[in-house]
This record gives sequence, C-alpha cells and structure tokens, in this order.
Amino acid sequence: MKFKALTAVVALCAATTAYAGGADDDVLAIDGEEMISKTDAPAHLAETGIDTIISGWHFREDDTQAMQLDTFDNPGMIFVDQAMDSWNTVEGEAGESCASCHGDVAEFEGLSTKMPKVDEDGKLVVMEDLINECRTERMQANEWKWSGGTMQAMVALINHQSLGMPMDVAIDGAAAPFWEQGKEMYYTRYGQLELSCANCHEQNYGNYIRADHLSQGQTNGFPTYRLKQAKLISKHNRFRGCIRDTRAETFAEGSDEFRALELYVASRGNGLSVEAPAVRQ
Amino acid sequence: MADGVKPRVKVPKSASAGEVITLKTLISHPMESGQRKDSSGNVIPRSIINRFTCDFNGQNVIDITMQPAISTNPYFEFDATVPEAGEFKFTWYDDDGSVYEESKKISV
Amino acid sequence: MDFTRRETLALGAGAALMTVLPFRVNAAADDAINEFTGGAAVADGGVDLDAPEIAENGNTVPIGVSAEGATAILLLAAGNPTPGVATYNFGPLAGSTAASTRIRLAGTQDVIAIAKLADGSFARASKTVKVTIGGCGG
Repeated sequence: MKFKALTAVVALCAATTAYAGGADDDVLAIDGEEMISKTDAPAHLAETGIDTIISGWHFREDDTQAMQLDTFDNPGMIFVDQAMDSWNTVEGEAGESCASCHGDVAEFEGLSTKMPKVDEDGKLVVMEDLINECRTERMQANEWKWSGGTMQAMVALINHQSLGMPMDVAIDGAAAPFWEQGKEMYYTRYGQLELSCANCHEQNYGNYIRADHLSQGQTNGFPTYRLKQAKLISKHNRFRGCIRDTRAETFAEGSDEFRALELYVASRGNGLSVEAPAVRQ
Repeated sequence: MADGVKPRVKVPKSASAGEVITLKTLISHPMESGQRKDSSGNVIPRSIINRFTCDFNGQNVIDITMQPAISTNPYFEFDATVPEAGEFKFTWYDDDGSVYEESKKISV
Repeated sequence: MDFTRRETLALGAGAALMTVLPFRVNAAADDAINEFTGGAAVADGGVDLDAPEIAENGNTVPIGVSAEGATAILLLAAGNPTPGVATYNFGPLAGSTAASTRIRLAGTQDVIAIAKLADGSFARASKTVKVTIGGCGG
C-alpha cells in the first residue's frame, strides 16, 4: 500500500512538472519602473549551461507577483517605513543616529549592488556586518540580532535605495578565495537527502518539488517579505531553511560559511535588478 | 499595545468635488489568531485588531469588523466619495484597547 | 497499478471521510450566516467575489468582493477553525460597495460572501480556493 501510494504520488508530481514549469513572461515593473528580471548570465556561469538568469518573481503565481508591483501594496514596505524611524533614532553612548553621520539614506544608492564585499581588513562583509559595526563602534549601541525584525528592516531600507540597479558584486582580487569557498558550498550535497543548492536551483529550476515551484534561488530581492512568515526574511535565514530541509545540521546565520555562500549566490545574479523588498510565497 | 505598530495609508493629494477615489491602508500587526500554540504547547492568546474605520470630515466611509482570519499586517482597499476638501481619518482598534490613528488631508 | 480489495476499501473510506467533513465545518459557517441574515433567505448571484483559484500560501490570500446596492458584506472562510473573516459596513461616503483585503485560509476551502442589500434582502457568492503546501518550509 505504502509503496503504491508513493508511486502514485511520484506519478502525480511528474504530471505536475509536465504541464507547468519554467519562468513566466510577465513584466516586472515596480511603480511603473521596469526591473531587469531576466538577463544574460554572467560569464562565470558559462560552464553551468545557464544562459539566462531569472528573478524568482517569474516563478510565482500572479497574485503573489501583483503584491510586488506597487510599493504601497508590498507589505514589506511597512518595515522599510519602520527602518526610516530607526534611521533617525539616536541610540547608544555616543549619542548618534544613522542620520547624524550619514544624512540621507538615499546616499546608499548602489551600495547593495556591491555587497558582499571585502573590507580593508581583508574580511568578507555583508550588509548586516556594516550595520552592526556602525552600531557597536560608532554609536556604541547594542548589536542587532541577524534575522531580527529591526535588522532586516534596516537592510531592506538600505537595499531599497538601489531598487532597479543591476547587481554587480566583485568576484576577483581579494574576493576570489571567498567566492571559491562559496562556490564549493553551492555544489556540496548536504544532509540525509544529499542535496546541493545546484540540485534544485541550477538543475531543476522551473520544475516542482512537491507544490513548490523552484526558482534559480537568486538573492536580488532580499530581504524578502515571505507570505508564509509574513515578515522580512534574511538571506542567511533562507540558506539555513534550505540546508535544514536537506535534513542536515546547518550553518549559523552570520557564519563565515554563509557570508561566502552569500557572495557566490549574489554573483550568480550579477545583472539582475535589486528588488528589495521582494514578495515571495 | 503590540510592538512597533505602524499604519500606512495611500490617499491621492487632490480630487475633484464628488469624485470617487481609491484608498489603500496597511498596518503592521501580528494579528495573533488565538489558534497557535507556543513551543511548550500552550495556546498563544488571541491579539488582533478587531475593527477598522475610515471617516471623512466626520462622515463614515467604511466600518469593518475584523476576525482572526485577516492576515498579519492587515491590508484594505476601498473607494470613497470626496464631496469637498477635508481630512480622512483612519482608525484601527486593537483587542488590548489600543487605538491607532492616521489622517490625511485632501484638496478639491 | 492494481489495488487489492482492502486497499480500495481504505481509499474509499478516506474519500467518504473527505466528503463528510465539510458538513461539520459548514455548520459553523451557517451559524455565522444566520446571525448576519437573521435567518432570511439568501439568493445566489448579485455578488462579485474575486479570489485566486490557487493560493501559493494560505497565510496571505488576496480577496476582493463587491455587490451593487449592498449596505454590508459578510466574508466567511467555511473551512477555517472559526469561519468569520470580516464584515464590511459601507457608510454614506463609500465610493463603491466593494473592498479588498488579504486573508488566512487553513487549507483548500470555500470562501463565501453574503451581501445585505439596501432593500433588506440578501445575496451570496462563493468560490473554492485551493491552498498549496510547498515543499520548502521555514
């Protein structure tokens, strides 16, 4: 019985895959401004056979897609608003706010297209690192929790300043060893299910895993408002979720492993518009 | 009061007298349904916004009774007639007695 | 693939259970409708219910409803633990008798809208929304 039921399920899954799949041809325009949501793959993907990189937006149902087309309808934007309040709030011993040093947050236009990057000390840093460094060193305030609401709202506010600009992270020079580390992780099979990132997001995007329509796993829309959790989700939270779903012990959010993976995955999306905060299922 | 509740409303800046305009509202709120359990198996008590109203110059546009099936960060879209210049007032009523208000002026 | 008699019976029992269940959950929805209508008859049609055929996540499902000449509209999710969703009461400055929101659906089920019309009569519409459960959690 069990075996037959399983066979039936597999047959059903195969049928689903056959009738639907692939990315749709809708146009992603946010408040009327067209995003680059499909474009030529960066040169380093040549060996993978992927010639077009595609935003995760194209793999979603129409109703989910619609929520991202208007910055008012996008529920992630409430948190961008909240982060604007944090931006102007003085916290910590130094008596500073984000605004007192940086002025207008619009000055960060373009920053997220270059993140992660290697800092002067040779360390690979992501947006959360830059924010916490400001908080602990210059504001002398407490660190924000990596996937906490306040932190991800601030990441979304800063990334949103680059809305529409193409991702362009550096993968050579000082970044090269981190990129290689991230690439190796991407192709490593984790967990009892022995699945690598590539198994789903390179070899099977457009297909269904149960009822989930697999995307290329691009990160240009993060932090993403996920309907499931009804809040902004960090890249590291999503990495952790994927690795956990392979039934593996996962790396921690904010670990060096996830920083390296973040760089490699970001580089696979070089050329796609920043969509933060995107809306996903 | 739930933490960090933040209303957002979208109202056109101006309209012609008698025009019908579309309003959109969004407010950050967990809308705890009362159906979920915490890690030790205890039911997390219901805590939702149970009513939303929109008025214009003291006259009602819409009055909505809300149940736990309304999603986290409640969203509403509806239409209003603008008879004259004035102010829209939006009010959300929380189970815990908190009231969140927002207002937007419109010229004719 | 061949099923034995026992397996066929088991499948049949499962199917029977699935057809019986909605009656139980619909009772709560019927109570909510009766409370709204005071037991008056409800006509089919005259209400426009805009709901997705398939919702990618049951946590946030966009639902729009409109009914010409309505003074109030009751929105119900018949398969939820409690069927109530919202009641829209339209005031004198309502620009239309329509509204949209985003709702939670515990699973595939019928969403029902009952409109109270200005003449005191009631009209209804319902639509089945399939809620998919993705393979990738957390």
